[in-house]
Amino acid sequence: MRVSEVQQESLTAEKAKWMYQKMVEIRRFEDQVHETFSTGTIPGFVHLYAGEEAVAVGVCSHLDDKDYITSTHRGHGHCIAKGCDLKGMMAEIYGKATGLCKGKGGSMHIADVSKGMLGANGIVGGGFPLATGAGLSAKLRKTGGVAVCFFGDGANNHGTFHEGINQAAIWDLPVIFVAENNGYGESTPFEYASSCKSIADRAAGYNIPGETVDGKDTMAVYEAAQRAVERARNGEGPSLIECVTYRNYGHFEGDAQTYKTQEEREQHLNELDAIIRFREHLLSNNLATEDELHSIDENVRQAVADAKEFAEKSPMPEANQLTTDVYVNYKPGGEE
Amino acid sequence: MARQISFADAINEAIKEAMRNDENVILLGEDVAGGADLDHLGDEDAWGGVMGVTKGLVQEFGRDRILDTPIAEAGYVGAAVSAAATGMRPIAELMFNDFIGSCLDEVMNQGAKLRYMFGGHAKIPLVIRTMHGAGFRAAAQHSQTLYGMFTAIPGVKVVVPSSPADAKGLLISAIEDDDMVVFFEDKTLYNVKGEVPEGHYTIPIGKADIKRSGDDLTIVAIGKQVNTALTAAEQLEQKGIEAEVVDPRSLSPLDENTILKSVQKTSRLLIVDEANPRCNAATDISALVADKGFDYLDAPIKMVTAPHSPVPFSPALEDLYLPSPEKILAVVSELIDDESIVTI
Repeated sequence: MRVSEVQQESLTAEKAKWMYQKMVEIRRFEDQVHETFSTGTIPGFVHLYAGEEAVAVGVCSHLDDKDYITSTHRGHGHCIAKGCDLKGMMAEIYGKATGLCKGKGGSMHIADVSKGMLGANGIVGGGFPLATGAGLSAKLRKTGGVAVCFFGDGANNHGTFHEGINQAAIWDLPVIFVAENNGYGESTPFEYASSCKSIADRAAGYNIPGETVDGKDTMAVYEAAQRAVERARNGEGPSLIECVTYRNYGHFEGDAQTYKTQEEREQHLNELDAIIRFREHLLSNNLATEDELHSIDENVRQAVADAKEFAEKSPMPEANQLTTDVYVNYKPGGEE
Repeated sequence: MARQISFADAINEAIKEAMRNDENVILLGEDVAGGADLDHLGDEDAWGGVMGVTKGLVQEFGRDRILDTPIAEAGYVGAAVSAAATGMRPIAELMFNDFIGSCLDEVMNQGAKLRYMFGGHAKIPLVIRTMHGAGFRAAAQHSQTLYGMFTAIPGVKVVVPSSPADAKGLLISAIEDDDMVVFFEDKTLYNVKGEVPEGHYTIPIGKADIKRSGDDLTIVAIGKQVNTALTAAEQLEQKGIEAEVVDPRSLSPLDENTILKSVQKTSRLLIVDEANPRCNAATDISALVADKGFDYLDAPIKMVTAPHSPVPFSPALEDLYLPSPEKILAVVSELIDDESIVTI
């Protein structure tokens, strides 16, 4: 089933250039994290979003700060598309006091509630009920906001998928479930782990619209998301969009990726690449000029370099931060 | 010198030994082989577990016995409970113990209780191998130490090895045991090497090991913290203080006798547990000694644990979170009433 056709708002040049900028920010940011991680400067482990930019940006271009998103362990792209500050993000990934979460969360838990970004998430499938709850909150508080749940193909087999979507459906909540089917849950192919042919097929079980789009075609994602967001804002309930995409890097940095073939990797890095394709779309539709795009590229390069420098120069958290932010109000020994 | 292998390789060997001995032993979990159904990989595994601990097993035992699962912990842990109840002897790998949040029902309400509720007419010979521990910069949802939770559940046995040799012998025992065992592997121990015997051997579950003898003070430490305690004990030796380091190796059942005997000898007890400080193994062992060994004590029981907070990501904070030899020495200085210990 396809989301009911709504009046397609044509993409303005301004919006198109914003989208291009966000996509380039994600790519450049992730390439920078990849490069820096290999030097040992970044603690822990990171899961990079490069390659999947069209999904986060195509969807988030319909959202503003009153709308919520839930994310995954591969969350940097969602953060950037939802407007999180690059410096605060990079500092968080370095574990610095100036990070968006004061260095307490790291790459896997970056959040900015003021932007409606309810956190990257270390638990596969963690986002479904959280997005449903954010949708419930938006509906009851009558904010006009929606909630988007980004999730991977791995999570589509998790029990919370069923519980979260079913609840959103029975209550007609303003939630959009966006599957990022990048072909592999960790090192396991989608086709092995999932009994369905497509994730969108599963929408039928909840009596909600479900469609599959080329997740590396920014306009296809943009248009599908527009229909689903409109439906949600009109009080018509949730939708499911499956975006077929690919991650350019491994599951985590350090993954040898032997499960991928060289041929598929090269194809995705070149002719199927979302940024190359969106760039061509903008130029051929006179939505931007070469000069404008070049200038965006340069500005982003600088912004990411600035974020890296900011993170490097920022201080580590003070020792007293270890036990703060656990509660709002708590007396360890109880009331006197 | 005897053969030295890593903690990870010791676990790999234990699984191999058990699988060779009994065809009902299977391993299932997320990417325990990896790359399922991919022609270009042939019989190779893509991962062999996220940390490579089960690498190579699929070549020997095949994909019917080394089963990659969807990322669906309730699904495969629950299936492992029932496969165990119906004649198999599964090993389910819960990649990080934090993921128990996704499958606690299968462990707590199903696996742990079936035998009792069925009046003894079922057994659950299941091992859940799971990774725990801070120090890996893995943040709050991949770094917890949750063995205390499982120790509180009747019907579950809980094993926490601290050395490669213990890991191998205890894991073989756990697999051959007819009850459900949750087997904790500290992710920061995987590369630690130690002497490990070849072939099949077992270490009984419920038997503590005295890792170092001493007369002045008992330090009971769990998992990786045994190594922290041993480091502290070496430093105390320079001060003429001989600490006895007791490794319970399993928390359920707990070898109460070995702990009580040690306290009877030393009259002082310190427990080192990297779990959060409330309702953990340290408080449990404290209660044991307060209850059954109160008359042996010359000083209050002390504990070194993590604080009552989630595990922080930032290295600056995570290093403060964990127990350390310095923290142990500071507490020992209170127990022995000698401030100079702190400055060792």
